[in-house]
Amino acid sequence: MGSGKGIDRMVQVMVKQSGLSVSGEWFREFWHYRELFYFLVWRDVKVRYKQTIFGVAWAIIQPFVTMVVFTLFFRNLANMPSDGIPYPIFSYSALLPWIYFSMAINTAGMSLVMNRPLLTKVYFPRIVIPTSATLCGLVDFGIASVVLLAMMVYYRVGLSWEILLWPVLLILLIMLSLGVGMIFASLNVRYRDVRHALPFVTQLWLFVTPVIYPSSIIPEVYRPLLSLNPLTGLIEGFRASLLPGQGVDWSAVGMSAIVTIIIFVAGTMYFRKTERTFADII
Amino acid sequence: MAYSIQVQNLSKQYCIGSSQMETTIREALTSLIRHPLRRFCEKKNHIWAIKDVSFNVEPGEVIGVIGRNGAGKSTLLKLLSKITFPTYGAVKVAGRAASMLEVGTGFHSELSGRENIYLNGSILGMKKREIDAKIDKIIAFAGVEKFIDMPIKRYSSGMELRLGFAVAAHLDADVLFVDEVLAVGDTEFQKKCLNAMGDMRGGGRTVLFVSHNMAAVENLCRRAIWIDSGQIVRDGPAKKVIEEYLSTFKATRGAGMDFETITHRRGTGEIRFSGIEFLDENHQSKNIVCSGERLTIRLHYRVEKKVSNPHFGVEIFTDMGTLVASLNTWSSGVEIPYLNPGKGYIDLNIEALNLMTSQYHLSLWTSSVGPTKYDQLDYCAVLEVEPSDFYGSGRGMERKFGLFLFPCHWKISGMGHEASPILSQERVPVQPVISE
Repeated sequence: MGSGKGIDRMVQVMVKQSGLSVSGEWFREFWHYRELFYFLVWRDVKVRYKQTIFGVAWAIIQPFVTMVVFTLFFRNLANMPSDGIPYPIFSYSALLPWIYFSMAINTAGMSLVMNRPLLTKVYFPRIVIPTSATLCGLVDFGIASVVLLAMMVYYRVGLSWEILLWPVLLILLIMLSLGVGMIFASLNVRYRDVRHALPFVTQLWLFVTPVIYPSSIIPEVYRPLLSLNPLTGLIEGFRASLLPGQGVDWSAVGMSAIVTIIIFVAGTMYFRKTERTFADII
Repeated sequence: MAYSIQVQNLSKQYCIGSSQMETTIREALTSLIRHPLRRFCEKKNHIWAIKDVSFNVEPGEVIGVIGRNGAGKSTLLKLLSKITFPTYGAVKVAGRAASMLEVGTGFHSELSGRENIYLNGSILGMKKREIDAKIDKIIAFAGVEKFIDMPIKRYSSGMELRLGFAVAAHLDADVLFVDEVLAVGDTEFQKKCLNAMGDMRGGGRTVLFVSHNMAAVENLCRRAIWIDSGQIVRDGPAKKVIEEYLSTFKATRGAGMDFETITHRRGTGEIRFSGIEFLDENHQSKNIVCSGERLTIRLHYRVEKKVSNPHFGVEIFTDMGTLVASLNTWSSGVEIPYLNPGKGYIDLNIEALNLMTSQYHLSLWTSSVGPTKYDQLDYCAVLEVEPSDFYGSGRGMERKFGLFLFPCHWKISGMGHEASPILSQERVPVQPVISE
């Protein structure tokens, strides 16, 4: 074939492109599309509570009712210890990051498939979709945090300097949600099993995360195993940063941070590796 | 760089068939166990949707991309607009590019028209500030001022479409890729869209425009690219390329047609069309078909492998690519239990071919009940419809009178002319002018 030589040259061009310059291009594009990003978050937030009776109140109802149920069953019936903190605030302070995380990985995991028409008809950096799905939950998180503040006043919980850790933990939590979300989202493009696996994974994850119970009730031998779950250090950290006298377990937080960063980087790499084929197989 | 679009050896390979397309992990695992060594799609399942396409476009050019269905036009557009990635080859686009493969991409039915303008605009790559500045013009263009703050689920489909096009028409891109968006919408709005695109040409914008509407391509574009089987057949002045493209259809005209020589075919091949015949009521071959006449279209086929419940269809298109009718056994409720290997034919009897005199193109398909097409031949035969005295008035009918003839008659009994059925007799006789 006459064009054989031409093909080789072009293949080389394609190979060369997959270096650092492409990463630069990738971030530049992401920046260019930052407004789309804003509009997608805005759309999801806006649509979520349209045609609902309680509207935005749902952001409070869900964690609050869960907290009440947990208190009734685990505190009053099962006598769950809570490291000397009133159980309602003990569980609520952990429920907020947990609910954010579970919602974020579920919406992000479904996001590409839900936005199929966009993927097959328009070009924009694909990363915008799971990222906006992940950030969308922050609005609910913010609203529900107001209740947490009220509870802290009610239970007369004072603040300590450890509150400074809180925003750092939030950033780590977002990174973790996004990392997990990106992996599920790109898997979902090819394998629709993800739809069934996601709720199940979320449910199991809750049991291995100290939301209902403090990690102090776990036998010492198993703790390192538990701390492999990046949510362990993050959620205990959230609690400790708000409620004084808990003492932040720095090694657990550090471990979580490392696992979180690994998951985030792996998620981004996997997403970038697969995003080229999204439009073809979705 | 002088060129607005540079395309070099652009190629895209798709894998058809079931391998590689497992959609659940279970299927992936079973196929891995069955064929542990096979990593990628088998060779025979590869098809090149686009193969070694190269061309350059000057800034400000408006180019029409034409070709039959499945020729690779849409894939080309998707590659150019970066929606899908090439297997190899490269595309360079200078400046800001926007693609319009669909009108109103990303519209959300719960959001208002105004909110959707922002959403759709940002999806197409507009900045918020830009949309702020243009929103009044966009709303006016779409003509939906009264409904702009209503959720678009209350809009009619026409309104939604107009809104979508209005946003796209105000895109301020250097390069625009447009797919068959003019195929929808009412005529008046189509005209408006064509004008808007005409303005694009004036604005020095580069436009690549895929269409089946030859009239639109000829009007809008000075240059056209004709694509077939993923490759460029002709690239040149629009008028010449269109003429050449249309002439390939004319080659297949006649009372009958042999399809055995057609080599590259789509479909899975259990059934292959081997020929087509036009017959009159006595099953005699028919060379001339007149408006209103009875016509039998006989489709000859060859069955390679036993199939159950096949369906057959004939599609009739105008020479501008408008689908006039899709006649098929499925819609008519005809069930064919099975077909054994061998040759055979199926007849489509048309009681009265009420088509205005013109040239029509036929496409044939045969498929299973599902989406699997056994065979598909696009624009494979030409049906030449000759004028006839359809209404028995002795007056000729031409294409400019439309596409269809309906069996009908006028009654003038309400006009006070009970006795005479023919209006012309009531006219005051004109004095003959005597010349010389």
